[in-house]
Amino acid sequence: MLTIAGKTFSSRLFTGTGKFSSANVMRQALLASESEMVTVALRRIDLNDPEDDIMQVLDRTKFFFLPNTAGARNANEAVRLAKLSRASGGGNWVKLEVTPDPRTLLPDPVDTLLAAEELVKDGFIVLPYINADPILALRLQDVGTAAVMPLAAPIGTNRGLITRYQIEIIITQAQVPVVVDAGLGAPSHAALAMEMGADAVLVNTAIAVAGDPVQMANAFRLGVIAGREAFLAGLGVANDEAQASSPQTGLDFIR
Amino acid sequence: MDAFLLPDFSKLTALISSRDKADVLRALRGENLSTNDLASLLSPAAEAYLPEMAARSRSITQQRFGRVIQIYAPLYLSSYCTNQCLYCGFSAENKIHRRCLSLEEVEAEADTLKKRGVSHLLLVSGEAPKMMGVDFIEQVALRLKDRFAALSIEIQPLTRPEYARLFAAGITSVAVYQETYDPILYKKMHPAGKKSDYTYRLETPARAAAAGMREVGIGALLGLGDWRTEGLALALHLAWLRKHFWRTGVTVSFPRIRPAEGGFQALSPVSERNLTQLIFALRLFDHNVGLLLSTREEARYRNGMLGLGPTRYSAGSCTAPGGYAHEDASAEQFAVDDHRSIAEVCLAIQNQGFDPVRKDWDSCFQKN
Repeated sequence: MLTIAGKTFSSRLFTGTGKFSSANVMRQALLASESEMVTVALRRIDLNDPEDDIMQVLDRTKFFFLPNTAGARNANEAVRLAKLSRASGGGNWVKLEVTPDPRTLLPDPVDTLLAAEELVKDGFIVLPYINADPILALRLQDVGTAAVMPLAAPIGTNRGLITRYQIEIIITQAQVPVVVDAGLGAPSHAALAMEMGADAVLVNTAIAVAGDPVQMANAFRLGVIAGREAFLAGLGVANDEAQASSPQTGLDFIR
Repeated sequence: MDAFLLPDFSKLTALISSRDKADVLRALRGENLSTNDLASLLSPAAEAYLPEMAARSRSITQQRFGRVIQIYAPLYLSSYCTNQCLYCGFSAENKIHRRCLSLEEVEAEADTLKKRGVSHLLLVSGEAPKMMGVDFIEQVALRLKDRFAALSIEIQPLTRPEYARLFAAGITSVAVYQETYDPILYKKMHPAGKKSDYTYRLETPARAAAAGMREVGIGALLGLGDWRTEGLALALHLAWLRKHFWRTGVTVSFPRIRPAEGGFQALSPVSERNLTQLIFALRLFDHNVGLLLSTREEARYRNGMLGLGPTRYSAGSCTAPGGYAHEDASAEQFAVDDHRSIAEVCLAIQNQGFDPVRKDWDSCFQKN
């Protein structure tokens, strides 16, 4: 079981709600993923509107609702959005996204840290989306974020773990859960992140724009499980030379 | 900051004309396209590769934006105009019934659109600052901002401090189209009024971005200059804005000249096939730019283009001030060609496997 800020999750696959062809396809895909943590862009929903299409199909008893601040250009906007979300019944968890460049949607490390500090002090459970920067991850951990969410690749690119080496350092150093977020384009990418020891992954685009989003959601579910099982089982070390499956060391004569 | 300087228009035309089949194939294989690559995709040599361009444009668009189309609607505030744009129904030369809405009338129009499900509103006006100045637009923004997810303007060019005022009042984005990037043709098309200043207009998106606007919209009016060259100039403008205002989103519109009061005929007609090539070329050049396809185009074409490149559709549009509450087609800026209601457009989008997104922003972002 994965525990974040005292809350446990059976599934280590977190999912996003953007880019789906309809709210109904989204719901079916999320059900197939067996994800329990679902992130929703505050810009996209109207928390005060009971008719809101996304909120209507998301059973909040089944999916834990993680509002995100996508679209915020700076710390002030992100903090304001988080507070408005909480005031409108969105809860005190927030996926902190500060993305001043609308082209790449890469996160701003400086304002993410500033916003995280303020939100944590204000009682929020903060899960910040960051570039795969090990020192930033530590700084965020130090100010009290509940997890860190480094990107595998720029959001929506499906390029997989291009930040692999940096994420390995983050995983090694972190005392809070590490959720690999953004850029995972295939179940094998998710499996690799889990094999490396990530605590969870977050996937959106790869599921939402797949030919069959429901089937792809299931594939990611299986990939995450396989990766986690492999991590727990202890992976063998890659070698440059062949190693016999039944080793004969030739040292039996030593007493 | 250095200003945007467009290379000589005729040199851009010559560059496009020089591109051949091998250039097109190279551009189609590329990831990050250069200006030369874009010239290739806009050239006559690329016309044979429209299906290949469509496939790439579709793939890029769906990867970046998903299977969604953002919906918006225009709200016309005033048809008074001091300019004499030869192609426009609002030209000061035209004897039309002019109208300038009061704040209460604007609210009534906005409420009608809100009831029809519009959350992204584009406020449009002719250029007559005495009738429709910054003070009035500011009042409109303050009244409407909490009821709409996003408010954009397509009005006369303003100064940077004026844009900053409107941003603070709740305006999120500014659309200002150069009409033609050819300075010589521009002078002919805009013989009088403030709009006759080519450079001031060209620098307007930069002023809006510098004032903090989240998004600027650019475009050329298709049917004036050679569309291929206009497309290349537009892309250079887009790339310059990207470099200099990296925090600002950019969108591109593709308005084709429509029948309007005054009876202006396109100087260089742009076919649907031409328009399609332009849209695909822009998408391949810039994977992240928002591309708008308005009700100037007919339903058949807009349905066909779903998912292939454009990311935003206007719907249920009326181009006459007060036209939502009281239909008055005699005072339009131009005649639309997609007459479906907002609900019908959304249904058509859904039927083709896309989600018509009505809310993709929130006024909370820029509350003071």
